[in-house]
Amino acid sequence: MESTLNKQQLAEFYRQMLLIRRFEEACGRLYMQGKIRGFLHLYIGEEAIAVGAIAALSPDDYVIGHYRDHGHAIAKGMDPKIAMAELCGKATGSSGGKGGSMHLFDSKRNFMGGHAIVGGQMPIAAGLALASKYRKEDRITLCFFGDGAVNQGEFHETLNLASVWKLPVLFLLENNLYGMGTHVDRSRAGGRHIYEAASAYDIPGVQVDGMDVLGVNECVSEAVKSIRKEGGPRFIEAMCYRYRGHSMADPTMYRERDEAQELGIKDPIDSLKNFMLQFEVADEGELAGIATAVEEEINEAVQFAEDSPAPEMNAMYTNVYA
Amino acid sequence: MAEMVLREAVAKALREALEDDRVFIMGEDIGAYGGAYAVTRGFLDEYGPERIMDTPISESVIVGAGVGSALAGLKPIVELMTINFSLVAIDQIVNHAAKLRYMSDGQFTVPLVIRTVTGGGGQLAATHSQSFENWYASVPGLKVVVPATPSDALGLFRTAMKDDNPILFAEHSLLYGTRGDVPDDWYEIPFGKADIKREGDDVTIVAYSRMTHVALQAAAMLEEKGRAAEVVDLRTLRPWDKDTVLQSVRKTNRIIVVEETWKTGGFGGEIASAIQEEAFDDLDGPVARVGGIDVPAPYNGTLEAATIPTAERVIKALEDNYGI
Repeated sequence: MESTLNKQQLAEFYRQMLLIRRFEEACGRLYMQGKIRGFLHLYIGEEAIAVGAIAALSPDDYVIGHYRDHGHAIAKGMDPKIAMAELCGKATGSSGGKGGSMHLFDSKRNFMGGHAIVGGQMPIAAGLALASKYRKEDRITLCFFGDGAVNQGEFHETLNLASVWKLPVLFLLENNLYGMGTHVDRSRAGGRHIYEAASAYDIPGVQVDGMDVLGVNECVSEAVKSIRKEGGPRFIEAMCYRYRGHSMADPTMYRERDEAQELGIKDPIDSLKNFMLQFEVADEGELAGIATAVEEEINEAVQFAEDSPAPEMNAMYTNVYA
Repeated sequence: MAEMVLREAVAKALREALEDDRVFIMGEDIGAYGGAYAVTRGFLDEYGPERIMDTPISESVIVGAGVGSALAGLKPIVELMTINFSLVAIDQIVNHAAKLRYMSDGQFTVPLVIRTVTGGGGQLAATHSQSFENWYASVPGLKVVVPATPSDALGLFRTAMKDDNPILFAEHSLLYGTRGDVPDDWYEIPFGKADIKREGDDVTIVAYSRMTHVALQAAAMLEEKGRAAEVVDLRTLRPWDKDTVLQSVRKTNRIIVVEETWKTGGFGGEIASAIQEEAFDDLDGPVARVGGIDVPAPYNGTLEAATIPTAERVIKALEDNYGI
């Protein structure tokens, strides 16, 4: 690892990754207690991508992604309290308890959703970027998607249109090797170098280690700079590893327990911590201080969610139409 | 009053819409080609390629890009060449356009108009002759507009442009050459307000889109038999104007629903159900229905014509059902 970032930026990366990690762990606990229901997909292991990528954007830029969306939402600035309340189906949640884990939205922070139909967010990302281009705004769209989405027609339709129309969109593939339980080697031709597919659409594509927050940040910063200067789109494949199952309902029968070890997976949070200690950017005490503050924030979020009221029955009928 | 065909009325509506900078139109061959049904002929020269966008043949991203730019605050009009092709984009229409306002609890709206062409009768065979307005009408979050006349098309489109919801605006391919008077003064037609196209006391004929004209033809034939039919044109399927239908049936005590799509699962079932729930005691007999024959549309013209409801079939159904 190496970095041109200052201490404050590195500490912020550490804080955000830890915040997402602790948020997801708390979600797992609440799910086991039956307080979060439905499908719950945890982002544990992939924190470096959301944090490193979104830090390269400006607040005006749009972020849109898939159903494993808690990390994206929090990195874009969504209050963990509001996110946790949504997961618990409470009136104080980001969607008043009507969206749930897979459908977080934060219009004020330009977080354009968690979308749960695999690949479905991609055409919408093209539309967001089209709007920016139409208005001649200096605003880009960052679109997260997984390796499962690349086999959907919407992926191909979107890459083609974005390229033909030179839309300011950055496609960021989180390749965690599994579409639900099916390994990319069994589902995707060239499944470990999907970025090469971008060249078929005349889109520059690169691959980056998605477990390295500094590498992700640098790579996305370069892509963002080039989109702002020359127009889009750009494509990045971040190789990563999903520690948990596809969802909480998944006992991961399809992979070996020590697969992460065999793959030489390095935890993104530990790696940054070690880097900061090694280069004396921060000492153990400072990092422990961050960890304590994060834990307090998550405890408060859980408390807020648990104390919040359920939606009124009438909420069922609101916002079907404008 | 100006007389124009439905194609011209829609083109007029689109030109009015384009006065708003937030509006652009995209779709397959709407620009250089002039539109598969020539509705947007000349638009590319008038408005330029930034506002009249020819897309690849990629219905899902056409609608999805419309959804995205609507989320960002624009007011896009997307064209799906026919409603048959909307099935390739149905994920974006049903799972996304119709859901994002609700799932974000009002943080976002999707002010998107999807124009498309519906109906059979052109000998285009089974994949190109369908009417799916009724499917979309079952989806909360969408609005579905099915005009039958030039003046209705213009007035309803004006309303669509002021509405912040995703709207499916289905124009029947065989109606583009249909002539009608269009008022010179500004008017709008609200959604969910049926139009009584002809008044009568003896029987109510409910229809929409091209079947409105079949209903009017049947009404003319009934007149020769000394019966006065009331023709109710729904104009929109979601919302649909139950009150006007119920008022009419309470007056006539007899009702028949005519629609072009297959009778099985058709919108007529919804109407029949509402009538028997709320006006059962007003009926002189069961609600009659005429719909498309339950087969894929055949190519051969004679065979195809036999699958689509006609005035004669309406008359026959009334004889069978009510003995009139």
